[in-house]
Amino acid sequence: MNDTVGRYRAMTAHRLFWPAAVLVVMLAANTVYRPGFLSVELKDGHLYGTPIDILRLSAPLILVALGMTVVISTGGIDLSVGSMCAISGAIACMYISQQPDQNSLPVVLTALAMALGVALVLGAWNGVLVAVIGIQPIIATLILMVAGRGLAQLITEGQIITINSEPYRAIGLGHVLTLPLAILIALAAALLVGAFTRRTALGMIIESVGGNAEASRLAGIRSGRVIFLAYVLSAVCAAVAGFMMTANVSSADGNAAGLWVELDAILAVVIGGTSLAGGRFFLSGTILGALIIQTLTTTVYAMNISPQTSLLFKAVVVIAVCLIQAPAFRARFARRRSSAPPPSAVTDSPKEQVPA
Amino acid sequence: MRKMRTQSAPWRAVAVLASVLLVGGVAACGNSDTGGGAADDGKITLGFSQVGAESGWRTANTTSIKEAAAAAGVELKFDDAQQKQENQIKAIRNYIQQKVDVIAFSPVVESGWDTVLKEAKDAGIPVILTDRSVDSADKSLYKTFLGSDFIKEGRLAGEWLVEQKKTASGPVNIVELQGSAGAAPANDRKKGFAEAIAANPNLKIIASQTGEFTRAGGKAVMEQFLKANPKIDVLFAHNDDMGLGALEAITAAGKVPGKDITIITVDAVKDGMQALADGKFNFIAECSPLLGPQLMDLAKKVSAGEEVPARIETEETTFTQEQAKEALPNRKY
Repeated sequence: MNDTVGRYRAMTAHRLFWPAAVLVVMLAANTVYRPGFLSVELKDGHLYGTPIDILRLSAPLILVALGMTVVISTGGIDLSVGSMCAISGAIACMYISQQPDQNSLPVVLTALAMALGVALVLGAWNGVLVAVIGIQPIIATLILMVAGRGLAQLITEGQIITINSEPYRAIGLGHVLTLPLAILIALAAALLVGAFTRRTALGMIIESVGGNAEASRLAGIRSGRVIFLAYVLSAVCAAVAGFMMTANVSSADGNAAGLWVELDAILAVVIGGTSLAGGRFFLSGTILGALIIQTLTTTVYAMNISPQTSLLFKAVVVIAVCLIQAPAFRARFARRRSSAPPPSAVTDSPKEQVPA
Repeated sequence: MRKMRTQSAPWRAVAVLASVLLVGGVAACGNSDTGGGAADDGKITLGFSQVGAESGWRTANTTSIKEAAAAAGVELKFDDAQQKQENQIKAIRNYIQQKVDVIAFSPVVESGWDTVLKEAKDAGIPVILTDRSVDSADKSLYKTFLGSDFIKEGRLAGEWLVEQKKTASGPVNIVELQGSAGAAPANDRKKGFAEAIAANPNLKIIASQTGEFTRAGGKAVMEQFLKANPKIDVLFAHNDDMGLGALEAITAAGKVPGKDITIITVDAVKDGMQALADGKFNFIAECSPLLGPQLMDLAKKVSAGEEVPARIETEETTFTQEQAKEALPNRKY
């Protein structure tokens, strides 16, 4: 008896338990509403079904949120990622649309290289503003958030650029080993970032900078350089996400591509358990957060919730997720429910809130 | 700014005089305390706030207005609201401060305009609504509404479907991709379409969801429609772009757009007309964006104090696949 309770407490205390529980509840609710929701079949040599759609559509958000996690853990924030998506998609599609053979692989690779090059420059711009000049991150990246969307429209001349390029389309819609290529790219990026931050001292350095940049610098860490690189990484992740978004519909829409994705990304990071104050970060939590957000969007479509109420529905779910996530709220809730409060609920909260 | 004002003082007198002669007392009051060039050269200044650049249609609309302004000798102040009402209200307030002669705008959404329109009215600046209407009860807040009849577009789409399916014995399952929630074209096209298909009880809308007027939105929603409903006969999309996005989802589901699923859209932009000519779409109710010349004409009239009808429709038609093939080479947008 005590053993099971103990195991239950250990499980629920895991920082990924509650987000995972929310995801499971959402999927279960969908399955109750439509029993075929989770069914996956093999069609044209690849998997086809709503779960696959969720994976494919969440790939760009996972990528953006990945960069965002690192930026946030340095104590910053990057609002320009949505505009970055639009810019990279616009550059790539514009270049491809002007080539005689849109299906040629070198053309597509050149387009991607050009867009990534611009992303590096714009990421460096953000990095310099924050790390060198010392502007507040929220203001520094706001500049590119606003100006960047204008830039994307300038590139596309305000038009939706439609392209007809199979290799480019594959970034958003292709399949490898029956799975969507997009999600594989996103997970590969996550593994790469995970390996660099968790298998080397880099992760600890980032967290240390986020905890206290000045103290880290005095301890011998080049804080400025770490912060600078975080913004460059974020821009590159957003650029690749922009490829996926535009490839998904084979067209670049300077106005709509990546609109509000920065907010979704920040939300994914928060749901994943990373504090907006900086410090410790959780890549796996972020991925789970992104999946929750995409599942929520798909749920609105799948349950055919009317557009007038869908925003409220989303807001309610997000508030619920954030509350369930908060140890303080759970502790209070648990105290109210039982007259004898479980001691673990109280001791849990400080443990989870210890900053790195 | 101050320096400019003192320098241009004689010109200001001329401007005030000219505007009194041209525009009448109301606008002159508006102009008398600015150095800014509303009527400096006898030109009409038109402040225009566009919804955004969300589709090819909108771009053609913007181009038409800009070209028509240049051709008509109207000084155009143009603002792109990027789909946000607050941006649009900001732009209109700026135009009021700049004392433009006429304000025109395409409202992002229908409601919430009374305050800012009242401000324009108090400043004596006539307002023309283009393309989309507002739901203000006080019709004196704007001079006229120039634009398409969205209800009619929805009805034309529905009537064509009723005609096509009049021999259908069983139920016909329709899915609908709505525009942005709360936007007039979405509300009205939905309404017109529903009214028209009510003529045949076999025609039933089984699912309806917003695709935000974008390709990505139309595609994501259609993917779920296809999975939730094994039998979809007809897709009605409130604009071409959502229909184009849905094409990909339909193909991915192993169905043939235009054959397995009849696709009806509204707008008739180039990519949409191409899809219609290629047999992927079945019918498009046109919504013409080329209202620039009509707008300039109206701007001149209302700034001169002439009475104009409260509602002016843009001229529009519908296209079948054959008509699209014929019309495509001459389309401007």
